[in-house]
Amino acid sequence: MTTSEKYVTAAYLVLLGALLVYLLIIALKVGRLEEELADLTRAAREKLGG
Amino acid sequence: MSAYAADVAALARKDLLLELRARDTLPAMLLFVVSALTVFHFALPDGSSERAETGLLWIAIVFTALLGLSRAFIAEREQGVLDGLVLAPCDRSAIWLGKTLGVMVFLVLAELVALPAFALFFHPLSWELVAAVALANLGIAAIGTLLAAMAAASRARELLLPLLFLPLVIPVVIGGVGASVAANPGSFLAFLGLYDAVFAILCWASFEYVVTE
Amino acid sequence: MSLLSDHSRGPSLRFGPPLLAAAAAGLLLGGFALAFYWAPEDADQGFSQKIFYLHVPIALTAYACFGWGAWKALRLLWTGERRYDLESYTAIHMGVIFGLLTLITGSIWAKVSWGVWWSWGERQLVLFLILFLFYSSYFMLRFSTEPGPRRERNSAVYALFGVVLIPVSFLAVRIAGTILHPTIFTHEGADLPGEMLAAFCVCLAGMLSLAGALYLVELSGKRIDASLRELKELLA
Repeated sequence: MTTSEKYVTAAYLVLLGALLVYLLIIALKVGRLEEELADLTRAAREKLGG
Repeated sequence: MSAYAADVAALARKDLLLELRARDTLPAMLLFVVSALTVFHFALPDGSSERAETGLLWIAIVFTALLGLSRAFIAEREQGVLDGLVLAPCDRSAIWLGKTLGVMVFLVLAELVALPAFALFFHPLSWELVAAVALANLGIAAIGTLLAAMAAASRARELLLPLLFLPLVIPVVIGGVGASVAANPGSFLAFLGLYDAVFAILCWASFEYVVTE
Repeated sequence: MSLLSDHSRGPSLRFGPPLLAAAAAGLLLGGFALAFYWAPEDADQGFSQKIFYLHVPIALTAYACFGWGAWKALRLLWTGERRYDLESYTAIHMGVIFGLLTLITGSIWAKVSWGVWWSWGERQLVLFLILFLFYSSYFMLRFSTEPGPRRERNSAVYALFGVVLIPVSFLAVRIAGTILHPTIFTHEGADLPGEMLAAFCVCLAGMLSLAGALYLVELSGKRIDASLRELKELLA
């Protein structure tokens, strides 16, 4: 691979990398939200006499 | 219209009178700018160009302005006066205009010391530089006053104001330094005028959204 | 006004993300394929010019995000409806991400073209640096202000300042170039041949779709977060 090709590939890989990092962040967020929702559901059941 | 002007004048006069009695912000600004210029002398290695020195003058002005601006709403905050001002029957934008005029006076007074000190320490001034400084004062005071009001609502206002202020003031520095050193200062001075006009109008129009609860 | 009641946004939030994501996938893959297999190689820059199909769409998308954020900010100040705050915030969030990508890809392009990672003569890069600093301060503003109408309004006014700063800085960097930091290197080449322009447009459409899809997903996430917090307070 020529130097040119290496840098061009690196640039496009940056986009791919950014998207994958974003996916990771969203995955973590969804996990956290799910946990919070479970906690709140439990609290609601207790409070409203489920 | 004249009621508006009267409000603005009253507000500006209030700030200046407070400073006249307290005498804390302005002396600090004066001392700061001369100290900064002294530090710059030691920061510039021997043989530095006049252009570099001029650039540093603009840095001194920007940071001296920041120093003054960080005190802009302190008095109101400490005495809960800002809420009173906002409830007053004057137009909110008059608060901004009065405050900005006050800040400009402070800046001019600081520059009356800074510019001669610069001429003494470094090299003589050109009229373009003085014109650029005069134009820049309005832009700096305009955005600085609005941003100080924004920062006053936050928890970390001394930290926040410089962060908000510096990116916005980059065009002013470009215009100012350009006017001071370039062969064609006209376009840079015109640019400073444009910046002043655009941001002054924007600040004037949006100030009420920043101070209302 | 409760944010919980604002969840009835109709079909746009339900079908928007999948549609835009699909569009982004198709357009971006298609666009990049066109760029590499169909568009001719640039005579002067050679193969390294292919970064253009990545870097410029990302830059334009960042501008679009900042503009969208400013529009939502204006709507907030105009109508006072609280949902615009999250929408403006999310748009600017996306803008900063794409702005950072602009700086990184631009830096790589500079390195392969001129051998330096940074050049003050490259106007786009300098402009993006200023904007990146400005919008990063937006986050500092939000994080250090208590949630509420005050923070929403301050953020909105700041977002409007940003969009005014874009042309002002552009002009500033331009005149600075004539005297302070001479533009020795530049990417501004001659007009694009037809194939290049077509490939570029597809890439741009793809990038905008990508930003749109990410925007809707991120907005959803922020809304769910806010609603959960509200629920927590109600149940406490």
